[in-house]
Amino acid sequence: MESVTTPLTSELRKTPLNGLHRRLGAKMVNFGGWDMPVEYPSSGGLIAEHRAVRSSVGVFDVSHMGDIRIRSGSKPGRALAAVQHISMNDASKLAIGQAHYSAMLYPEGTFVDDVIVHRLGEDDFLLVINAGTREKDINWVRANTKGFDCVVEDLSDAYTQLAIQGPRAADVLRKLTDSDLSSIKNYWFTHGTVCGLKNTLIARTGYTGEDGFEIYVPSDGATSEKVWNQVIEAGREYGIVPCGLGCRNTLRLESKMALYGHEISDKINVGEAGLDRYCKMEKGDFVGRAALERAKAAGLTRTLVGLEMVDRGIARDDYRCCNEAGEAVGVVTSGSPSPTLGKNIALAYVPPAYSAVGTAVYVEIRGQKCKAQVVPTPFYRRPKKAAAPLVS
Amino acid sequence: MAYPKQYRYTKEHEWIDVKGNLATIGITDYAQHELGDVVFVELPKPGTKIEAGKSFGTVESVKAVSEIYAPVGGEVIEANTELQNTPEKINTDPHGAAWLIKVRLTDAANLSGLMDAAAYEAYIASKGKEASA
Repeated sequence: MESVTTPLTSELRKTPLNGLHRRLGAKMVNFGGWDMPVEYPSSGGLIAEHRAVRSSVGVFDVSHMGDIRIRSGSKPGRALAAVQHISMNDASKLAIGQAHYSAMLYPEGTFVDDVIVHRLGEDDFLLVINAGTREKDINWVRANTKGFDCVVEDLSDAYTQLAIQGPRAADVLRKLTDSDLSSIKNYWFTHGTVCGLKNTLIARTGYTGEDGFEIYVPSDGATSEKVWNQVIEAGREYGIVPCGLGCRNTLRLESKMALYGHEISDKINVGEAGLDRYCKMEKGDFVGRAALERAKAAGLTRTLVGLEMVDRGIARDDYRCCNEAGEAVGVVTSGSPSPTLGKNIALAYVPPAYSAVGTAVYVEIRGQKCKAQVVPTPFYRRPKKAAAPLVS
Repeated sequence: MAYPKQYRYTKEHEWIDVKGNLATIGITDYAQHELGDVVFVELPKPGTKIEAGKSFGTVESVKAVSEIYAPVGGEVIEANTELQNTPEKINTDPHGAAWLIKVRLTDAANLSGLMDAAAYEAYIASKGKEASA
Protein backbone atom coordinates (compact mmCIF):
# COMPACT_ATOMS: atom_id res chain seq x y z
CA MET A 1 0.00 0.00 0.00
CA GLU A 2 1.24 3.44 -0.78
CA SER A 3 1.04 6.00 1.94
CA VAL A 4 -1.76 8.47 1.30
CA THR A 5 -0.51 11.12 3.68
CA THR A 6 1.76 13.77 2.29
CA PRO A 7 4.87 14.02 4.41
CA LEU A 8 5.19 17.16 6.44
CA THR A 9 7.73 19.59 5.14
CA SER A 10 8.91 22.67 6.95
CA GLU A 11 7.61 25.01 4.23
CA LEU A 12 3.99 24.18 4.93
CA ARG A 13 1.98 26.99 6.50
CA LYS A 14 0.15 26.43 9.73
CA THR A 15 -2.98 27.89 11.26
CA PRO A 16 -2.86 29.05 14.91
CA LEU A 17 -4.64 25.79 15.81
CA ASN A 18 -2.05 23.50 14.20
CA GLY A 19 -0.61 22.35 17.52
CA LEU A 20 -4.07 21.61 18.85
CA HIS A 21 -4.95 19.50 15.80
CA ARG A 22 -1.78 17.49 16.28
CA ARG A 23 -2.47 17.00 19.99
CA LEU A 24 -5.94 15.73 19.03
CA GLY A 25 -4.22 13.16 16.82
CA ALA A 26 -5.61 14.54 13.56
CA LYS A 27 -4.28 13.14 10.30
CA MET A 28 -2.60 16.08 8.63
CA VAL A 29 -2.21 16.70 4.90
CA ASN A 30 -0.75 19.31 2.62
CA PHE A 31 -3.73 21.29 1.38
CA GLY A 32 -2.72 24.05 -0.99
CA GLY A 33 0.54 24.57 0.89
CA TRP A 34 -1.12 24.38 4.31
CA ASP A 35 -0.62 21.69 6.94
CA MET A 36 -4.27 20.93 7.66
CA PRO A 37 -6.29 18.22 9.43
CA VAL A 38 -7.98 15.91 6.93
CA GLU A 39 -9.76 13.84 9.58
CA TYR A 40 -9.67 13.11 13.29
CA PRO A 41 -9.59 9.44 14.26
CA SER A 42 -10.73 10.66 17.71
CA SER A 43 -13.94 11.96 16.04
CA GLY A 44 -14.47 8.56 14.44
CA GLY A 45 -12.96 9.57 11.09
CA LEU A 46 -14.25 11.21 7.94
CA ILE A 47 -17.61 9.44 7.63
CA ALA A 48 -18.48 9.98 11.30
CA GLU A 49 -17.53 13.66 10.98
CA HIS A 50 -19.65 13.99 7.83
CA ARG A 51 -22.65 12.43 9.58
CA ALA A 52 -22.20 14.64 12.65
CA VAL A 53 -22.53 17.74 10.45
CA ARG A 54 -25.59 16.42 8.59
CA SER A 55 -27.37 15.24 11.74
CA SER A 56 -26.15 17.53 14.53
CA VAL A 57 -23.01 19.70 14.53
CA GLY A 58 -19.29 19.77 13.79
CA VAL A 59 -16.54 22.38 13.99
CA PHE A 60 -13.86 23.12 11.38
CA ASP A 61 -10.69 25.19 11.55
CA VAL A 62 -10.82 27.15 8.30
CA SER A 63 -8.25 29.76 9.24
CA HIS A 64 -6.32 28.99 6.06
CA MET A 65 -8.98 30.92 4.15
CA GLY A 66 -7.89 34.43 3.20
CA ASP A 67 -9.59 37.73 3.96
CA ILE A 68 -9.31 40.92 1.92
CA ARG A 69 -10.84 44.15 3.16
CA ILE A 70 -11.62 46.91 0.68
CA ARG A 71 -12.56 50.35 1.98
CA SER A 72 -13.10 53.68 0.29
CA GLY A 73 -10.30 56.22 0.46
CA SER A 74 -11.03 59.94 0.51
CA LYS A 75 -14.27 59.79 -1.50
CA PRO A 76 -17.31 57.69 -0.64
CA GLY A 77 -18.50 54.98 -3.02
CA ARG A 78 -15.11 53.99 -4.34
CA ALA A 79 -14.96 50.67 -2.46
CA LEU A 80 -18.30 49.63 -3.95
CA ALA A 81 -17.13 50.68 -7.42
CA ALA A 82 -13.96 48.61 -6.96
CA VAL A 83 -15.84 45.54 -5.75
CA GLN A 84 -18.29 45.87 -8.64
CA HIS A 85 -15.36 46.04 -11.05
CA ILE A 86 -13.55 42.95 -9.72
CA SER A 87 -16.46 40.62 -8.92
CA MET A 88 -19.36 39.27 -10.92
CA ASN A 89 -22.27 39.48 -8.48
CA ASP A 90 -24.01 42.83 -7.83
CA ALA A 91 -22.56 44.15 -4.57
CA SER A 92 -24.77 47.26 -4.76
CA LYS A 93 -27.67 44.98 -3.80
CA LEU A 94 -25.99 44.03 -0.52
CA ALA A 95 -27.30 45.65 2.62
CA ILE A 96 -24.83 46.36 5.40
CA GLY A 97 -24.65 43.07 7.28
CA GLN A 98 -25.34 40.96 4.21
CA ALA A 99 -23.05 38.67 2.22
CA HIS A 100 -23.24 36.84 -1.08
CA TYR A 101 -21.43 34.30 -3.20
CA SER A 102 -19.49 35.82 -6.07
CA ALA A 103 -16.33 35.33 -8.10
CA MET A 104 -13.42 37.33 -9.44
CA LEU A 105 -12.81 36.74 -13.13
CA TYR A 106 -10.02 37.09 -15.62
CA PRO A 107 -10.72 39.13 -18.76
CA GLU A 108 -11.32 35.72 -20.44
CA GLY A 109 -14.35 35.14 -18.16
CA THR A 110 -12.56 32.35 -16.29
CA PHE A 111 -12.01 32.22 -12.55
CA VAL A 112 -9.38 33.99 -10.47
CA ASP A 113 -11.26 32.60 -7.45
CA ASP A 114 -14.72 32.36 -5.97
CA VAL A 115 -15.37 34.61 -2.97
CA ILE A 116 -17.91 35.47 -0.31
CA VAL A 117 -18.40 39.25 -0.32
CA HIS A 118 -19.51 40.73 3.00
CA ARG A 119 -20.71 44.34 3.18
CA LEU A 120 -19.32 45.62 6.48
CA GLY A 121 -20.34 49.21 5.87
CA GLU A 122 -21.49 51.56 3.14
CA ASP A 123 -17.88 51.86 1.96
CA ASP A 124 -16.39 48.76 3.49
CA PHE A 125 -16.28 45.18 2.15
CA LEU A 126 -14.68 41.92 3.28
CA LEU A 127 -13.89 39.28 0.67
CA VAL A 128 -13.25 35.77 1.96
CA ILE A 129 -11.06 33.87 -0.49
CA ASN A 130 -9.51 30.43 -0.87
CA ALA A 131 -6.32 29.34 0.90
CA GLY A 132 -4.49 27.98 -2.11
CA THR A 133 -5.02 31.19 -4.10
CA ARG A 134 -4.33 33.77 -1.38
CA GLU A 135 -1.25 35.46 -2.84
CA LYS A 136 -2.56 35.35 -6.39
CA ASP A 137 -5.88 36.84 -5.25
CA ILE A 138 -4.44 39.66 -3.19
CA ASN A 139 -2.06 40.64 -6.00
CA TRP A 140 -4.88 40.49 -8.50
CA VAL A 141 -7.19 42.60 -6.30
CA ARG A 142 -4.47 45.20 -5.74
CA ALA A 143 -3.64 45.37 -9.46
CA ASN A 144 -7.28 45.67 -10.52
CA THR A 145 -8.41 48.22 -7.93
CA LYS A 146 -5.65 50.73 -8.69
CA GLY A 147 -7.22 54.02 -9.61
CA PHE A 148 -10.30 53.35 -7.51
CA ASP A 149 -9.02 55.39 -4.56
CA CYS A 150 -9.69 52.58 -2.13
CA VAL A 151 -7.69 50.89 0.62
CA VAL A 152 -6.98 47.18 0.13
CA GLU A 153 -5.83 45.26 3.19
CA ASP A 154 -4.80 41.62 3.43
CA LEU A 155 -6.27 40.52 6.77
CA SER A 156 -5.72 36.82 6.13
CA ASP A 157 -3.39 36.33 9.07
CA ALA A 158 -5.43 38.47 11.44
CA TYR A 159 -8.21 35.94 11.98
CA THR A 160 -8.73 32.44 13.18
CA GLN A 161 -11.84 31.35 11.30
CA LEU A 162 -13.98 28.61 12.78
CA ALA A 163 -16.93 27.07 10.93
CA ILE A 164 -19.61 25.64 13.22
CA GLN A 165 -21.86 23.64 10.91
CA GLY A 166 -24.96 21.51 11.20
CA PRO A 167 -28.61 21.71 12.28
CA ARG A 168 -27.46 22.21 15.91
CA ALA A 169 -24.87 24.91 15.10
CA ALA A 170 -27.13 27.71 16.32
CA ASP A 171 -27.80 25.88 19.59
CA VAL A 172 -24.07 25.62 20.21
CA LEU A 173 -23.16 29.18 19.30
CA ARG A 174 -26.12 30.63 21.23
CA LYS A 175 -24.43 29.48 24.44
CA LEU A 176 -21.31 31.50 23.62
CA THR A 177 -22.69 34.81 22.38
CA ASP A 178 -24.96 37.66 23.35
CA SER A 179 -26.04 38.14 19.73
CA ASP A 180 -29.55 37.14 18.71
CA LEU A 181 -28.70 34.42 16.21
CA SER A 182 -32.31 33.93 15.14
CA SER A 183 -32.20 37.41 13.60
CA ILE A 184 -29.21 36.47 11.38
CA LYS A 185 -30.61 34.99 8.19
CA ASN A 186 -28.70 32.73 5.84
CA TYR A 187 -25.83 34.72 4.25
CA TRP A 188 -26.17 37.60 6.70
CA PHE A 189 -23.77 38.47 9.49
CA THR A 190 -23.41 40.58 12.58
CA HIS A 191 -20.77 41.67 15.07
CA GLY A 192 -21.20 40.52 18.64
CA THR A 193 -19.45 39.15 21.70
CA VAL A 194 -18.35 35.53 21.32
CA CYS A 195 -16.55 33.77 24.17
CA GLY A 196 -16.06 37.19 25.77
CA LEU A 197 -14.44 38.62 22.61
CA LYS A 198 -16.20 41.85 21.67
CA ASN A 199 -16.97 42.82 18.10
CA THR A 200 -16.54 39.34 16.66
CA LEU A 201 -17.75 38.78 13.12
CA ILE A 202 -20.47 36.10 13.14
CA ALA A 203 -21.66 35.07 9.67
CA ARG A 204 -24.38 32.57 8.83
CA THR A 205 -22.31 31.02 6.07
CA GLY A 206 -20.53 27.76 5.37
CA TYR A 207 -19.38 25.20 2.87
CA THR A 208 -21.33 22.14 3.93
CA GLY A 209 -24.89 22.62 2.68
CA GLU A 210 -26.13 22.74 6.26
CA ASP A 211 -27.15 25.62 8.46
CA GLY A 212 -24.13 26.99 10.28
CA PHE A 213 -21.96 29.90 11.26
CA GLU A 214 -18.45 31.11 10.59
CA ILE A 215 -16.82 33.18 13.30
CA TYR A 216 -13.68 35.29 12.95
CA VAL A 217 -11.62 35.70 16.12
CA PRO A 218 -8.14 37.15 16.73
CA SER A 219 -5.47 34.79 15.45
CA ASP A 220 -3.20 34.59 18.47
CA GLY A 221 -2.72 31.01 19.61
CA ALA A 222 -4.13 31.36 23.12
CA THR A 223 -7.34 33.06 21.98
CA SER A 224 -7.79 30.63 19.11
CA GLU A 225 -7.47 27.58 21.37
CA LYS A 226 -9.71 29.11 24.03
CA VAL A 227 -12.51 29.71 21.52
CA TRP A 228 -12.11 26.26 19.95
CA ASN A 229 -12.28 24.59 23.36
CA GLN A 230 -15.34 26.60 24.38
CA VAL A 231 -17.11 25.63 21.15
CA ILE A 232 -16.31 21.96 21.83
CA GLU A 233 -17.52 22.31 25.43
CA ALA A 234 -20.75 24.08 24.38
CA GLY A 235 -21.38 21.44 21.73
CA ARG A 236 -20.76 18.46 23.95
CA GLU A 237 -24.45 17.88 24.66
CA TYR A 238 -25.11 17.77 20.90
CA GLY A 239 -22.23 15.41 20.18
CA ILE A 240 -20.08 18.01 18.43
CA VAL A 241 -16.89 16.67 16.82
CA PRO A 242 -13.81 18.33 15.32
CA CYS A 243 -14.10 17.97 11.54
CA GLY A 244 -11.34 17.90 8.95
CA LEU A 245 -11.05 18.90 5.33
CA GLY A 246 -11.96 15.35 4.25
CA CYS A 247 -15.60 15.68 5.24
CA ARG A 248 -15.61 19.35 4.27
CA ASN A 249 -15.02 18.06 0.75
CA THR A 250 -17.69 15.33 0.82
CA LEU A 251 -20.21 17.74 2.39
CA ARG A 252 -19.63 20.46 -0.21
CA LEU A 253 -19.65 17.92 -3.05
CA GLU A 254 -23.05 16.52 -2.02
CA SER A 255 -24.31 20.12 -2.02
CA LYS A 256 -22.64 20.84 -5.39
CA MET A 257 -20.57 23.73 -4.09
CA ALA A 258 -17.62 24.51 -6.36
CA LEU A 259 -14.01 23.94 -5.35
CA TYR A 260 -11.30 26.04 -6.95
CA GLY A 261 -8.97 23.94 -9.11
CA HIS A 262 -11.77 21.43 -9.67
CA GLU A 263 -15.17 22.77 -10.80
CA ILE A 264 -13.77 26.27 -11.35
CA SER A 265 -10.34 27.41 -12.52
CA ASP A 266 -8.56 29.79 -14.87
CA LYS A 267 -9.59 27.42 -17.72
CA ILE A 268 -13.33 27.29 -16.98
CA ASN A 269 -15.83 30.11 -17.48
CA VAL A 270 -18.91 31.07 -15.50
CA GLY A 271 -21.42 29.62 -17.96
CA GLU A 272 -19.69 26.26 -18.09
CA ALA A 273 -19.61 26.08 -14.30
CA GLY A 274 -23.35 26.82 -14.18
CA LEU A 275 -22.85 29.80 -11.87
CA ASP A 276 -24.72 32.34 -14.04
CA ARG A 277 -27.20 33.09 -11.27
CA TYR A 278 -24.38 34.73 -9.29
CA CYS A 279 -23.22 36.71 -12.34
CA LYS A 280 -25.14 39.95 -12.85
CA MET A 281 -24.54 41.06 -16.43
CA GLU A 282 -27.06 43.90 -16.03
CA LYS A 283 -25.11 45.62 -13.24
CA GLY A 284 -22.68 47.23 -15.70
CA ASP A 285 -19.14 46.43 -16.73
CA PHE A 286 -16.79 44.23 -14.72
CA VAL A 287 -13.65 42.26 -15.48
CA GLY A 288 -14.59 39.26 -17.61
CA ARG A 289 -18.01 40.51 -18.68
CA ALA A 290 -17.24 41.03 -22.37
CA ALA A 291 -15.78 37.54 -22.68
CA LEU A 292 -18.84 36.04 -21.00
CA GLU A 293 -21.14 37.83 -23.48
CA ARG A 294 -19.13 36.38 -26.36
CA ALA A 295 -19.14 32.92 -24.76
CA LYS A 296 -22.88 33.10 -24.28
CA ALA A 297 -23.43 34.03 -27.91
CA ALA A 298 -21.14 31.21 -29.06
CA GLY A 299 -22.95 28.61 -26.91
CA LEU A 300 -21.61 26.12 -24.44
CA THR A 301 -19.23 23.36 -25.47
CA ARG A 302 -19.20 21.74 -22.03
CA THR A 303 -21.28 21.96 -18.90
CA LEU A 304 -21.03 20.75 -15.32
CA VAL A 305 -23.25 17.77 -14.48
CA GLY A 306 -23.83 15.50 -11.51
CA LEU A 307 -23.12 11.81 -12.01
CA GLU A 308 -24.10 8.80 -9.99
CA MET A 309 -22.21 5.55 -10.58
CA VAL A 310 -24.35 2.69 -11.84
CA ASP A 311 -21.52 0.15 -12.07
CA ARG A 312 -19.29 -0.71 -9.13
CA GLY A 313 -16.47 1.80 -8.87
CA ILE A 314 -15.68 5.24 -7.54
CA ALA A 315 -15.15 8.10 -9.98
CA ARG A 316 -12.27 10.29 -8.80
CA ASP A 317 -10.96 13.75 -9.67
CA ASP A 318 -9.47 13.91 -13.19
CA TYR A 319 -10.83 10.53 -14.37
CA ARG A 320 -11.91 10.61 -18.01
CA CYS A 321 -15.54 10.38 -19.09
CA CYS A 322 -16.47 8.64 -22.32
CA ASN A 323 -19.57 7.61 -24.24
CA GLU A 324 -20.78 4.08 -24.84
CA ALA A 325 -18.49 3.79 -27.87
CA GLY A 326 -15.54 4.60 -25.64
CA GLU A 327 -14.88 8.05 -27.14
CA ALA A 328 -13.62 10.62 -24.63
CA VAL A 329 -16.30 13.21 -23.90
CA GLY A 330 -15.27 14.86 -20.65
CA VAL A 331 -13.61 14.74 -17.27
CA VAL A 332 -14.53 14.28 -13.62
CA THR A 333 -13.74 17.35 -11.50
CA SER A 334 -14.66 15.87 -8.10
CA GLY A 335 -15.71 12.33 -7.28
CA SER A 336 -16.27 10.47 -4.06
CA PRO A 337 -18.50 8.09 -2.20
CA SER A 338 -21.37 10.09 -0.73
CA PRO A 339 -21.73 9.22 2.97
CA THR A 340 -25.25 10.69 3.09
CA LEU A 341 -26.60 8.93 -0.01
CA GLY A 342 -24.57 5.72 0.19
CA LYS A 343 -23.78 6.10 -3.52
CA ASN A 344 -20.71 7.02 -5.52
CA ILE A 345 -21.17 10.51 -6.95
CA ALA A 346 -19.18 12.90 -9.09
CA LEU A 347 -19.23 16.25 -10.81
CA ALA A 348 -18.00 16.24 -14.39
CA TYR A 349 -17.69 18.44 -17.46
CA VAL A 350 -19.41 16.94 -20.49
CA PRO A 351 -20.80 18.33 -23.76
CA PRO A 352 -24.39 19.65 -23.45
CA ALA A 353 -25.58 16.65 -25.53
CA TYR A 354 -24.70 14.44 -22.54
CA SER A 355 -26.14 16.68 -19.85
CA ALA A 356 -29.80 15.62 -19.67
CA VAL A 357 -30.81 13.81 -16.50
CA GLY A 358 -30.79 10.06 -17.12
CA THR A 359 -28.11 10.17 -19.84
CA ALA A 360 -25.57 7.35 -19.60
CA VAL A 361 -21.98 8.54 -19.24
CA TYR A 362 -19.06 6.18 -18.65
CA VAL A 363 -16.14 6.87 -16.36
CA GLU A 364 -12.77 5.27 -17.04
CA ILE A 365 -11.59 3.72 -13.79
CA ARG A 366 -8.16 2.09 -14.07
CA GLY A 367 -8.75 1.20 -17.71
CA GLN A 368 -12.30 -0.07 -17.16
CA LYS A 369 -15.35 1.65 -18.61
CA CYS A 370 -17.78 2.01 -15.71
CA LYS A 371 -21.35 3.15 -16.29
CA ALA A 372 -22.73 6.25 -14.59
CA GLN A 373 -25.78 8.38 -15.21
CA VAL A 374 -26.54 12.07 -15.08
CA VAL A 375 -28.65 12.93 -12.03
CA PRO A 376 -30.22 16.16 -10.75
CA THR A 377 -28.04 18.36 -8.53
CA PRO A 378 -27.43 19.22 -5.80
CA PHE A 379 -27.13 15.58 -4.80
CA TYR A 380 -28.25 16.58 -1.31
CA ARG A 381 -30.46 19.42 -0.14
CA ARG A 382 -31.00 19.99 3.54
CA PRO A 383 -34.52 19.39 4.77
CA LYS A 384 -36.63 22.49 5.13
CA LYS A 385 -37.25 23.44 8.72
CA ALA A 386 -40.71 22.44 9.87
CA ALA A 387 -42.88 25.47 10.51
CA ALA A 388 -42.85 26.49 14.14
CA PRO A 389 -46.04 25.51 15.95
CA LEU A 390 -48.35 28.39 16.80
CA VAL A 391 -48.50 27.30 20.40
CA SER A 392 -45.57 25.48 21.88
CA MET B 1 -3.49 -3.81 17.41
CA ALA B 2 -0.84 -6.53 17.68
CA TYR B 3 1.17 -7.57 14.64
CA PRO B 4 1.06 -11.40 14.42
CA LYS B 5 4.49 -12.94 14.95
CA GLN B 6 4.12 -15.55 12.20
CA TYR B 7 3.42 -12.91 9.50
CA ARG B 8 6.00 -11.10 7.41
CA TYR B 9 5.58 -7.43 6.42
CA THR B 10 6.43 -5.11 3.53
CA LYS B 11 7.50 -1.47 3.57
CA GLU B 12 4.28 -0.75 1.65
CA HIS B 13 2.28 -2.13 4.60
CA GLU B 14 1.10 -5.50 3.32
CA TRP B 15 1.33 -8.63 5.46
CA ILE B 16 1.84 -12.20 4.28
CA ASP B 17 1.24 -15.44 6.12
CA VAL B 18 3.04 -18.35 4.44
CA LYS B 19 2.12 -21.98 5.12
CA GLY B 20 3.97 -24.41 2.86
CA ASN B 21 3.41 -23.21 -0.71
CA LEU B 22 0.25 -21.28 0.19
CA ALA B 23 0.17 -17.68 1.35
CA THR B 24 -2.51 -15.33 2.63
CA ILE B 25 -2.02 -11.59 1.98
CA GLY B 26 -3.63 -8.55 3.54
CA ILE B 27 -2.89 -4.98 4.58
CA THR B 28 -1.69 -3.99 8.02
CA ASP B 29 -3.45 -2.20 10.83
CA TYR B 30 -1.11 0.74 10.22
CA ALA B 31 -2.25 0.82 6.58
CA GLN B 32 -5.96 0.78 7.39
CA HIS B 33 -5.40 3.54 9.92
CA GLU B 34 -3.58 5.67 7.35
CA LEU B 35 -6.33 5.07 4.79
CA GLY B 36 -9.27 5.83 7.04
CA ASP B 37 -12.75 4.46 6.33
CA VAL B 38 -12.36 1.80 3.63
CA VAL B 39 -15.29 1.90 1.22
CA PHE B 40 -14.19 -0.13 -1.80
CA VAL B 41 -11.94 -3.06 -2.62
CA GLU B 42 -10.90 -4.41 -6.01
CA LEU B 43 -9.21 -7.81 -6.03
CA PRO B 44 -7.96 -10.18 -8.76
CA LYS B 45 -9.95 -13.23 -9.81
CA PRO B 46 -8.73 -16.75 -8.97
CA GLY B 47 -6.23 -17.87 -11.58
CA THR B 48 -4.64 -14.43 -11.90
CA LYS B 49 -0.84 -14.48 -11.79
CA ILE B 50 0.68 -11.91 -9.47
CA GLU B 51 4.27 -10.74 -9.45
CA ALA B 52 6.36 -9.70 -6.45
CA GLY B 53 6.49 -5.92 -6.10
CA LYS B 54 3.65 -5.35 -8.62
CA SER B 55 0.18 -4.03 -7.82
CA PHE B 56 -2.53 -6.69 -7.68
CA GLY B 57 -5.50 -4.65 -6.51
CA THR B 58 -6.76 -1.50 -4.89
CA VAL B 59 -8.26 -0.48 -1.61
CA GLU B 60 -10.15 2.80 -1.54
CA SER B 61 -11.07 5.04 1.34
CA VAL B 62 -13.49 7.95 0.96
CA LYS B 63 -10.67 10.23 -0.03
CA ALA B 64 -8.07 8.11 -1.83
CA VAL B 65 -7.18 5.07 -3.90
CA SER B 66 -4.26 2.91 -2.76
CA GLU B 67 -2.56 0.20 -4.77
CA ILE B 68 -1.80 -3.08 -3.05
CA TYR B 69 1.56 -4.62 -3.93
CA ALA B 70 2.30 -8.35 -3.96
CA PRO B 71 4.96 -9.32 -1.41
CA VAL B 72 5.64 -12.50 -3.45
CA GLY B 73 4.86 -13.96 -6.86
CA GLY B 74 2.22 -16.64 -7.38
CA GLU B 75 -1.23 -17.54 -8.59
CA VAL B 76 -4.38 -16.30 -6.90
CA ILE B 77 -6.47 -19.21 -5.65
CA GLU B 78 -9.06 -17.21 -3.74
CA ALA B 79 -10.06 -13.57 -3.27
CA ASN B 80 -11.98 -12.43 -0.23
CA THR B 81 -15.22 -11.56 -2.04
CA GLU B 82 -16.95 -10.85 1.29
CA LEU B 83 -15.10 -7.54 1.27
CA GLN B 84 -17.11 -6.33 -1.74
CA ASN B 85 -20.11 -5.89 0.53
CA THR B 86 -18.27 -5.23 3.78
CA PRO B 87 -15.10 -3.29 2.91
CA GLU B 88 -15.21 -1.69 6.37
CA LYS B 89 -14.00 -5.03 7.79
CA ILE B 90 -10.55 -3.91 6.66
CA ASN B 91 -10.74 -1.21 9.32
CA THR B 92 -11.85 -3.54 12.10
CA ASP B 93 -10.01 -6.81 11.41
CA PRO B 94 -7.19 -6.18 8.93
CA HIS B 95 -4.99 -9.03 10.16
CA GLY B 96 -7.81 -11.61 10.29
CA ALA B 97 -11.22 -11.76 8.60
CA ALA B 98 -10.28 -9.00 6.15
CA TRP B 99 -7.47 -10.89 4.40
CA LEU B 100 -7.43 -9.97 0.70
CA ILE B 101 -6.18 -12.95 -1.33
CA LYS B 102 -4.80 -16.47 -0.99
CA VAL B 103 -1.97 -17.34 -3.32
CA ARG B 104 -0.15 -20.49 -4.46
CA LEU B 105 3.52 -19.58 -4.55
CA THR B 106 5.36 -20.11 -7.82
CA ASP B 107 8.72 -20.94 -6.29
CA ALA B 108 9.85 -21.40 -2.77
CA ALA B 109 8.82 -17.99 -1.46
CA ASN B 110 11.65 -15.56 -1.11
CA LEU B 111 10.76 -13.80 2.14
CA SER B 112 14.25 -12.53 2.87
CA GLY B 113 13.41 -8.94 1.90
CA LEU B 114 10.44 -8.81 4.24
CA MET B 115 10.29 -7.69 7.87
CA ASP B 116 9.25 -9.73 10.87
CA ALA B 117 6.75 -8.25 13.33
CA ALA B 118 9.39 -6.61 15.54
CA ALA B 119 11.18 -5.01 12.59
CA TYR B 120 7.87 -3.80 11.12
CA GLU B 121 6.80 -2.26 14.42
CA ALA B 122 10.11 -0.42 14.61
CA TYR B 123 9.65 0.68 10.99
CA ILE B 124 6.19 2.20 11.57
CA ALA B 125 7.35 3.78 14.83
CA SER B 126 10.10 5.58 12.90
CA LYS B 127 7.52 6.74 10.33
CA GLY B 128 5.40 8.15 13.16
CA LYS B 129 8.40 10.15 14.38
CA GLU B 130 9.05 11.54 10.91
CA ALA B 131 5.46 12.72 10.68
CA SER B 132 5.49 14.57 13.98
CA ALA B 133 9.01 16.01 13.64
